[in-house]
Amino acid sequence: MRKVVEGSYAIAQAVKCCDPDIISAYPITPQTHIVENLSQMVADGELKAEFITVDSEFSALSALVGSSAMGARSYSSTTSQGLALMYEVLYNVSGLRMPIVMTVANRAMGAPLNIWNDQQDSIGARDCGWIQLYAENVQEAMDLTPQAYKLAEDPDILTPVMVCMDGFILTHVYEPVEFLDHDKVKQFLPPFKPKITLDPAHPVTIGAFADPSTFTEYRYLQQDAQNKALGKIDTIAKEFKETFGRYYGGLIDTYRMEGADAAIVTLGSVIGTIKDALDEMWAEGKKVGLVKVRSYRPFPVKALRDSLKDVSSIAVIEKDVSIGNEAGLTTDLKAAFYNTGMKTPIIGFTAGLGGRDITLKDIKKAGDKALAAAKGPEAEFEFLTLRKEIL
Amino acid sequence: MLKVIAGGYVEPGSTQVTKTGAWRTFVPVVDQKRCSKCSLCEIYCPEGCIRMVEGLFIPDLDYCKGCSICAHECPRKAITMVLEEK
Amino acid sequence: MIQEQSLFAPGHRACAGCSMPTVVRLVLDATGPNVIVVSPTGCLEVTSTPFPESAWKVPWLHSLFENAAAVASGVETILKRQCKDTKVLVIGGDGSTFDIGMGSNSGMFERGHDIMYVCYDNEAYMNTGVQRSGSTPFCVHTTTTPSGEQSLGNPKPKKDMPAIAIAHHVPYVATASVAFPVDLRRKVKRAAELRGTSYLQINAPCITGWTFETGSTIEISRLAVETGLYPLFEFVNGKLADVKKIRPRPVTDYLKAQGRYRHLFKAPGGKEAIAAIQAIADENIANYGLAQE
Repeated sequence: MRKVVEGSYAIAQAVKCCDPDIISAYPITPQTHIVENLSQMVADGELKAEFITVDSEFSALSALVGSSAMGARSYSSTTSQGLALMYEVLYNVSGLRMPIVMTVANRAMGAPLNIWNDQQDSIGARDCGWIQLYAENVQEAMDLTPQAYKLAEDPDILTPVMVCMDGFILTHVYEPVEFLDHDKVKQFLPPFKPKITLDPAHPVTIGAFADPSTFTEYRYLQQDAQNKALGKIDTIAKEFKETFGRYYGGLIDTYRMEGADAAIVTLGSVIGTIKDALDEMWAEGKKVGLVKVRSYRPFPVKALRDSLKDVSSIAVIEKDVSIGNEAGLTTDLKAAFYNTGMKTPIIGFTAGLGGRDITLKDIKKAGDKALAAAKGPEAEFEFLTLRKEIL
Repeated sequence: MLKVIAGGYVEPGSTQVTKTGAWRTFVPVVDQKRCSKCSLCEIYCPEGCIRMVEGLFIPDLDYCKGCSICAHECPRKAITMVLEEK
Repeated sequence: MIQEQSLFAPGHRACAGCSMPTVVRLVLDATGPNVIVVSPTGCLEVTSTPFPESAWKVPWLHSLFENAAAVASGVETILKRQCKDTKVLVIGGDGSTFDIGMGSNSGMFERGHDIMYVCYDNEAYMNTGVQRSGSTPFCVHTTTTPSGEQSLGNPKPKKDMPAIAIAHHVPYVATASVAFPVDLRRKVKRAAELRGTSYLQINAPCITGWTFETGSTIEISRLAVETGLYPLFEFVNGKLADVKKIRPRPVTDYLKAQGRYRHLFKAPGGKEAIAAIQAIADENIANYGLAQE
């Protein structure tokens, strides 16, 4: 069924199809429409889930620690300051290996307070042990939701997943989307049946404290699960394609990389604009391609090396900055190449901070700089859309 | 053998492998003739290690940390703490 | 035989003479095995679950310091969804209850989950080395409210946590003491039978933080009650339903037995401070009608 709906409604519909037992969330712009729609679905009896209205994002995710330990499929959604407030629980959920799925409606982190889109929030949480998948458009964010549960609940993975979608740009846009079919999702996503739950008949202890003699092994197992997820993400994407007919690439996707001299690497909704900009550049004889990072954690080192091995230079465009260094994806990408002997220049751009538009012109400027960087980068890292006149 | 598994869980009551009796300096000695079987020592013992065995309250020295709460609370002063020779 | 029956096994690492394990055993004796326990970070958590061991013979979950009430809310919501009659308990210390967990406690209270919240109240952050909490009483020496030339210890009285629970319309709110096990178990049973949230605050002396004579753990808690400094009461649906009557003893009997009050008997101003503590006890005695006729 194809319908024009708001992005948030589409996500709520996708969550409903996953049959969560419990939704626990705290309102924060621009996530609100997702949880409002879910509340309405529960109120109307369309969605047979429990909905807990909690006192904070911190409690929202904490309640899901309890429900997940009971073996329940658990969902939340948040953004920005809310995600930051969850920070301590993020580590806890991943360390306890709870397959919770959370939609992050990406938004800037204050101060100054800003409710608009960038990706500082989730990129800042990259080390918390969650899998992070980034959607280009509403349909992809929707389709990633059942894929995220399938991945999270896989007995080899048991790792929480954030489905990241740009706030407002995707959550509040009205787009035609293909609705998920509930029965098909049921086939695709089997019921969650964890081996260990809280049950007086088998009274195990969950969350014992680990001293230096075992803590490293807990961390290693998390790292191992993320490494295994590298393979599963693609397998699950292909399984999804078989059932639903839609495929967005596995860990990464590419556009106009065949014969490209330079590449832009990015994540999220800016990809649509980048594709338009690249079409224009190719028409002008400037051969710049695109690599879209779908999975930021686990970081697809091998897939990125393979896809970028033939270009002479690379520009990263991302909506975050590691204040005091460069930015997350830029650094990670450079690190992915260091031991390969590939000396392709990589330059980084932060753009679209706090909701500033990234225009075709901006992207073409980055593309030109990428092409020029083949002779050696002019600057390693820049603010792409800086208004120097107001400084 | 020690195994670390994903998320980690622990079997119930498994601290019993650790014999905290090794912490003890003083050991409770029960004068069974004075004991009135009020069971206060059993109730108050933080280790839960004083138990009735064949009608007599006996501290389980595998776990007794020698805190002397039992001696202090015994209304008949039937328990004395004695320096343990090891 | 108690060792086999108890739902909290020996071998835990609580200090010799700690009251907390006794509190836990008394609580679990009263509830029986059909419970799920959530504990916040604290003495109880670290002493009872050193991986790969656990003292718990009931299902038990630890997440973080400040979220036990929220975690328990998630557990209880799913139990209800599964139509199970298992009782959910939170057992945590005063730091997590009075201070850092207040937000999630407030949420749990207000939503009215069927959860029994048990606070073992040792009146400071003992696990980290005896720092002041919101539960620390007036003039207590802690490592962050030390007594000294310019200080008589904690400058503020204990936070009235039961009143906060009552203000949330928690249907059953009670205080208890490890020194009165029959009373304690009765209150736990009552809370367990109730459908809805309950809050139990249990006086639990800490031998390390309060510094008293070895073996006198229970005696100290008894004195806290008998001086009127730790009134034992039950509030049912916001109304005072019952109190433990006492023949009030002077607060000095309680204070002089503990190192955390020792400075009051030496420092200038100590006498006035003791009088102020007596006034707190007298007020409790009058407010709750504690004095035996």
